[in-house]
Amino acid sequence: MKKDIILCGVGGQGILSIATIIGEAATEAGINLKQAEVHGMSQRGGDVQSNLRLSTENIYSDLIPQGGADVVISMEPMEALRYLPYLAKTGTIVTSSKPFVNIPNYPDEAALMAELDSMPSVVKLDIESVAKDAGNARGANMVLLGMAAPFIEIITVEQLRKAISVIFARKGEAIVEANLKAFDCGVEASKK
Amino acid sequence: MKQLLLGDEAIALGAINAGLSGVYAYPGTPSTEITEFIQTNKVARERGIHSRWCTNEKTAMEAALGMSYAGKRALVCMKHVGMNVCADAFVNSAITGVNGGLIVLAADDPSMHSSQNEQDSRFYGKFALIPVFEPSNQQEAYDMVASAFEMSESLKVPVLLRIVTRLAHSRAAVEVGELSAENALNPSTDQWVLLPGIARKKYVDLLEKQEAFQKASETSAYNKKESAGQKLGIVACGIGYNYVKENVGDNADILKVSQYPLSPKVIKAFAAEHECILVVEDGQPVVEEAIAGMVGADYAIKGRLTGDLPRTGELTPDSVAKALGKPAGPAFDNAKNLAGRPPQLCQGCGHRDVYTALNEVLAEYPDYRVFGDIGCYTLGALPPFKALSSCVDMGASITMAKGAADAGLFPAVAIIGDSTFTHSGMTGLLDAVNDKSNITVIISDNLTTGMTGGQDSAGTNKFEAICLGLGVEPEHVRVVVPLPKNMPEITRILKEEIEYNGVSVIIPRRECIQTAARHARERQKAKEANK
Repeated sequence: MKKDIILCGVGGQGILSIATIIGEAATEAGINLKQAEVHGMSQRGGDVQSNLRLSTENIYSDLIPQGGADVVISMEPMEALRYLPYLAKTGTIVTSSKPFVNIPNYPDEAALMAELDSMPSVVKLDIESVAKDAGNARGANMVLLGMAAPFIEIITVEQLRKAISVIFARKGEAIVEANLKAFDCGVEASKK
Repeated sequence: MKQLLLGDEAIALGAINAGLSGVYAYPGTPSTEITEFIQTNKVARERGIHSRWCTNEKTAMEAALGMSYAGKRALVCMKHVGMNVCADAFVNSAITGVNGGLIVLAADDPSMHSSQNEQDSRFYGKFALIPVFEPSNQQEAYDMVASAFEMSESLKVPVLLRIVTRLAHSRAAVEVGELSAENALNPSTDQWVLLPGIARKKYVDLLEKQEAFQKASETSAYNKKESAGQKLGIVACGIGYNYVKENVGDNADILKVSQYPLSPKVIKAFAAEHECILVVEDGQPVVEEAIAGMVGADYAIKGRLTGDLPRTGELTPDSVAKALGKPAGPAFDNAKNLAGRPPQLCQGCGHRDVYTALNEVLAEYPDYRVFGDIGCYTLGALPPFKALSSCVDMGASITMAKGAADAGLFPAVAIIGDSTFTHSGMTGLLDAVNDKSNITVIISDNLTTGMTGGQDSAGTNKFEAICLGLGVEPEHVRVVVPLPKNMPEITRILKEEIEYNGVSVIIPRRECIQTAARHARERQKAKEANK
């Protein structure tokens, strides 16, 4: 079994934290993993992505081939669309529905949403509002991870929860609880 | 024990465990995380392994060679273009030879994710006539460090370890070995004085070692042959091997190359067993050209030179699939509602205020040019500022402005960051002072090496003293604080110094907002700990 995931967003939105948690869960579960990240220049407010490959078999390429990603997890709706050529025909897009506009030529929002909705399998949510309502305004990325959790399959929702506890442990119990709550909100939203 | 490590981290940990005594480096994507890992590693701290940043790649290379001279194991790390900066010391280190193991790590950046060119450091290995290791994955990256140190010490030669961005910045589980002891202090008693008469002899020594290097490649555990009885033979170098395996699995004839020099004997035998060779290598067609010289003009070689693989950019599983004749699978087309999102200066960054002021002042001069340099502030070339006419290499802002001013261009303005200035700008400023060139130099000082993530900057708190020491007149070394409220003062000073016929230096100084936020968090943490 394999799961190829593209994580994407805008530099500074916290996609590497999502990658770290999935990586921890996969390692703990004894699943092979390769995770290509973007460092350097693009982190300054540009588009960023991480190729995350999980498999029970040996993984060779650090990069996912076109048409190969089982899930695209995006902190930003236009960034989700950027990786369409990499999404498998049977794949799912899990994305924030709220545009992050830091460029003058950002596309028309209605047209962008219509294009997203035209995809076969899309889950989208205003993750920032959900995080705020859950009392953890900085936990939008954990809401997104929760939304995506049921589609990751190769790792269980419970394994991801445990990984969140491990990764945030050094920041204290309160931070762990807040992030778990945000994650659970995402999981619930995904079921609707 | 297995650990999840970036390629860079695997190299760092491999070096520590192999008994490293010092890492010498200047930050540069994608090599930065190697030194950062060593700086924060517990064992490295306990052992007192040298890991402080160097002023540039040349000082790093020379210090590493000095540590090797003293008998200890040293690692020098840089991005590919850093090889150009240290080339003098690097090439000559092959002539002097080494004492303690010496590894030169070059992180190449095909596709120029954060660079100005795609130069392939394997050329440097061939140029200097030394062995090159090129890992295909994170495990090999870890293992090769110990192998390279051993080879370096047994054959008395520096070894080049070449990686690419995709390996440097990709994580995988790595089986980590035992910690070895450091070498004891044991200074070399060999001849290291490269006077012509001695250098000629040492050069012959190096040439005589070539056979041993080749033998090492032929027997290397990192090089191997896989046979499936196919007509096509694939030579897969470094991470190129992964893209081949991703596409064909075990159903292909592959010559995996992860250690150089290439062996003509092995290549010729592989060619004889096949009708055609496809060379899959990330970077420039180094091996493709070399093989062409080994197998005869009639033999069919496919690769980047023939267009079977793209001539530029990093390899991908898709480009390699195409070269292998594999039809593309079903995929969605590019989205319609999509715009590029280039990187940009952070909101609140001091460089923004510098460019705002500079653009306002220069609007009055129709023929002005601003010569840029390498760092976050290179983003001033993009909208909304569009402030730069050039960005070439570390330090070129000052010297290009000088040359243009020599030609009569006015105003000739250079903008350079604090870390880039100490890296390669100081010597150019001395040239300008000695010539009394009519240039205005802006050292945009954010107290850090920003673009690579906020590493210490070699010249912090020393810039006025450096400029005065180089001979810039005291009344033309001006310091300002780049904030919107100071705009009238900044623009006035800029105008005065542009109008001055000679060298003037303006230092806008305000801490990088990223490191300022980090320092504030650290202070808060320390305060809480002291409660």
